[in-house]
Amino acid sequence: MLKGWLRRGAGDGAVDFSQGFDVLVIGGGNAGLCAALTAREAGCKVLLLESAPKDFRGGNSRHTRNIRYVHERGNDHLTGPYEEEEFWNDLVAVTGGQTDEHLARLTIRHSRNLGGWMQAHGCRFQPAMRGTLQLARTNAFFLGGGKALINAYYRVAQGCAIGVVYGAEVLDLEIKSGRFSEALIAAHNFSGRVRAKSVVLASGGFQANLEWLKQYWGPSADHFLIRGTPYAKGRMLRVLLDKGALPVGDPRQCHAVAIDARAPKFDGGIVTRLDSIPFGIVVNRDAARFYDEGEDLWPRRYAIWGRLVAQQPEQIAYSIIDSKSLGLFLPSVFPPLEAPSIRELAVKLGLNAGALETTVDEFNRSVRVGTFDTNRLDDCRTEGLALQKTHWARPLDTPPFYGYPLRPGITFTYQGVAINEKAQVIMKDGVAASNIFAAGEIMSGNILGRGYMAGFGMTIGTVFGRIAGKEAASYVIDDPRGS
Amino acid sequence: MRICNACRYCEGFCAVFPAMELRRTFVSADLKYLANLCHDCRDCYYACQYAPPHEFSLNFPKSLAELRLETYREFAWPKAMQRLFPYNGLTVLLTTLLSVIGMVAGVYLLKGASVLFSAHVGENAFYRIVPYAFIILTFSAVAVFISAVLLVGVRCLWLEMGAKTKEWFDLRSHVRTLGDVVRLRYLGGGGYGCNYPNDRFSMLRRWFHQMMLFGFLLCLVSTAIAATYEHLFHWHAPYPFTSWPVLTGTLGGLALLIGAGGSFILKLRMDKTPAGPSQGMDLGFILLLFTTSLTGLLLLALRDTSAMGLLLSIHMGLVLALFLTLPYGKFLHSFYRYAALLLKNIQESRSDSGNRTREERGQGDAGQDSQN
Repeated sequence: MLKGWLRRGAGDGAVDFSQGFDVLVIGGGNAGLCAALTAREAGCKVLLLESAPKDFRGGNSRHTRNIRYVHERGNDHLTGPYEEEEFWNDLVAVTGGQTDEHLARLTIRHSRNLGGWMQAHGCRFQPAMRGTLQLARTNAFFLGGGKALINAYYRVAQGCAIGVVYGAEVLDLEIKSGRFSEALIAAHNFSGRVRAKSVVLASGGFQANLEWLKQYWGPSADHFLIRGTPYAKGRMLRVLLDKGALPVGDPRQCHAVAIDARAPKFDGGIVTRLDSIPFGIVVNRDAARFYDEGEDLWPRRYAIWGRLVAQQPEQIAYSIIDSKSLGLFLPSVFPPLEAPSIRELAVKLGLNAGALETTVDEFNRSVRVGTFDTNRLDDCRTEGLALQKTHWARPLDTPPFYGYPLRPGITFTYQGVAINEKAQVIMKDGVAASNIFAAGEIMSGNILGRGYMAGFGMTIGTVFGRIAGKEAASYVIDDPRGS
Repeated sequence: MRICNACRYCEGFCAVFPAMELRRTFVSADLKYLANLCHDCRDCYYACQYAPPHEFSLNFPKSLAELRLETYREFAWPKAMQRLFPYNGLTVLLTTLLSVIGMVAGVYLLKGASVLFSAHVGENAFYRIVPYAFIILTFSAVAVFISAVLLVGVRCLWLEMGAKTKEWFDLRSHVRTLGDVVRLRYLGGGGYGCNYPNDRFSMLRRWFHQMMLFGFLLCLVSTAIAATYEHLFHWHAPYPFTSWPVLTGTLGGLALLIGAGGSFILKLRMDKTPAGPSQGMDLGFILLLFTTSLTGLLLLALRDTSAMGLLLSIHMGLVLALFLTLPYGKFLHSFYRYAALLLKNIQESRSDSGNRTREERGQGDAGQDSQN
C-alpha cells in the first residue's frame, strides 16, 4: 500500500478500445499532440496512438529545439519583430520557390503569435540570449529542447483526459470512398479495430524505412544514417497512398546534412552534426575534393552537404582541418582523428596517403590568404584549381591535423500526401476526404518542396496540427450521420 | 560531458550548462566545479534526448551526483574519515545511536535514575541533568573541530576548482551568491520548480529545502542568543516560552520538522533513475535533522514533566551526533555548493566586463542555425 502511494501518479490511464472515439490521432509527435489537444478542447473524445514506447515518444520533435513564427514585436524570448512578408521571402529563398504559395502563406499567417498558445499548453521558452544571434529574433527556443516541449504537451494531454497509448502500431485504415471508419491497431495490450468518427494522421515521414529509401536511392541508402526517430517507418503514408491519396513532393527530396560517420544508425540527433566543413577541405574516398567548401555562409549551406556526400562513392567523405581551425566551430560528440602529418592522418582515415598529400599540397599552393573572417564572405580563396574554394581558404599547414569521417544524415523525407487548407487529405480524384486529416512531416512536402529553414518543421506541425484538430472536431460536431 | 557540450539544449536550465560551454575540454578541476554547481533539479534529465534507454545512456544528474560525492570524500579530513563515506548512512546511524546511548547512560550512571526520570524546574534545571561544564567543553570542542574540518574542505575544493585564495574575498560576488541561496534560484526553474520527485514540475522541494535551511539557521540563532544570555547576562536556561531563544528555537524547530519531513517523503517518492549513490547519506542526514528538532520540541512541550530528564539526554545526544557528522555527510553540500556558486558569480562578473562569454555564445549561435 505504501508502495502504491509512493508510485501514485506515475501510471497512465487505461484506455477502453471497445468504444468508438470522436477523433483518432495517429502519431504522438508535435503535430499529433497539437491536433489532439485542439480536438479535446473542442469537446471531442480523443485517442492518441504513439508507435514508440514512452521513453522514445514524440517522433522527431524530440530532437528539435525551436520554432519559427510570426510576431509583431519582441518579448522575453524573441529579440524583435518578424512579419509575414519577411517570413514568406525567407521561405521562397530556401525553397527556390518550390512551395504551394496558398498553403505556405496560410501556414505563415496562422503562425502568428503561436508562442502564446504553446505557453498556455505548458511550453517554456528560453530567454533570448545575449549577443548577436540572428535566430533569436525569428525563432523561439524551447527551454530544454524538443523533448521538454513534448513532455509538457503529454502532461497537458493526460491532464485533460486524452487517451494516450504508447507502443501502438497502426497497421491499416478502413477507408471507403474517401471516408475513414476504423483503424486496425496492434498495441501491447490490445490488437484489433478501433472506430473513430475522424482521423488525424501525424505519423511522420518514411526516413527510418531503409527499404523505402532504397526504392529511390538504390543500395547507397544502406550508408545513410537517420538522425531522428527509428519509428518513422512511413506506414500510414504508404496506406494513404495505396488507398488513393494524392502524393505530393519529390520522393528523393529530404532534409539531409553531413554528420559524423561514427554516429549511431538512428537517433544520433544534434550532437553528431559537424560544422568543420567550411574551415578546411572535404575529400571523398579517393582523397579528391568534390565541392566548394566555402561557397556560402555555413548556416545557408549545411543542409546541402548530406546530399553531396550521398552522391560520392560509398557515400563517405572526410572533413580535414588543421589545428588553426579546431576551436572555431561547435564541438561535436566524437573527437576528430588526429595525426602529426597529412600522411599519417590519411592512414588513420583509411585513405591513400599519397593521394591525400597531393590534394592538400595542390590546395595549399593555390590558397590566396586575405583577411580571415567567418562572419562574412571573406577574401581567403584559392586560385587556379579546377574546383575552387571561394571563401575561408587557409593552407592546411599547422599540425596536428584532424579528420572527421562524414555520412549523409537524413532528418526527414519530403514526400507526403496532398492536403487542402482544412488539412483534409486530397484523393487522386481531386476531392478532399471528409474525415481524414494530415499534419506534420506527412504533409510538409506541400510547403517544403526542397531546402529547409530552421524551426519551420515545427511551424508546419503546430499550425497544421491545430487546424487538423479543429477541423476534425468540427466534422464530428457537424456531421449529421455520426458514425 | 562531451554529449552535453555538443547539444546544449539545456543551457537555459541552470548555471551548470553555461559554465560548461566556456570549456571545450574538461579537466578534473572543471568536473569538481560543475558537480558542486549542480542542484540536482533533474530538469535536464527529463529533457534529455540521450537519456537511457537511448544508446548513449546519458544520465547527467546521476554522473554529477557521483562526482559530487567523490569531492565530499576526497576533501574529508582527517583522511581516515574518507573510508567511511561509502557507508555514510550506516556511520551516521551508528554515531547517532552511540551518542544518544552514551548521553543517556552517562546521565544514568553519574546522576542516577532519579535524575533521568524526574521533572526538573527552575533555574539551572538543565544543568542538574547534564552538567554545565560538560556541555560547554564538549560542544566548544566539537564546534572548533567541525569548523576546522569544513574550512579545510572548502579551501581544498576552492583551490581544486582552479580558483585563487584571494578571489574568495570578492564581496560583491558573495552578496550575489547569498541572493541565489536565499531564493534557491536554481531549483526555481524560472517559476515552474524542478522535476522532483518525478517528471512533473514542482515547487515542493524548493519550499522544503528552504524550510530546512531557515529552520537550521533559526536554531543556530536561538543557540547564539541563549549563549549570550548565559554568559553576558547570567540568565540561566531554561528560558520562558516567550523569550527569544525559545521563540526562535521553536519556529526553527517547526520549520525543520516540516522541511525535513517533507524532504524525506519526497526522497522516498522520487524517481531513482537520475539519482546518485548517496541515498543513505541524504536520508540519514534528513532523519537526524528531523529527530533532533522533534526531540527539541518535545522537550519544550514536556519540560515540566518527568519525561524531561530523558528527553534532554536524548536531544543532547542527537545534537552531538548531528554536529559530529556534519563535516562528513550531506551537510557539506551547503558549503561546497556555496563555493561553486561563488566561483560562478565571480567568473560571470568578470566575463561581463570582458566579452568572452559573448564570443563563446556567438559561436553557439552559428550552431543553432542548423537545428531541426
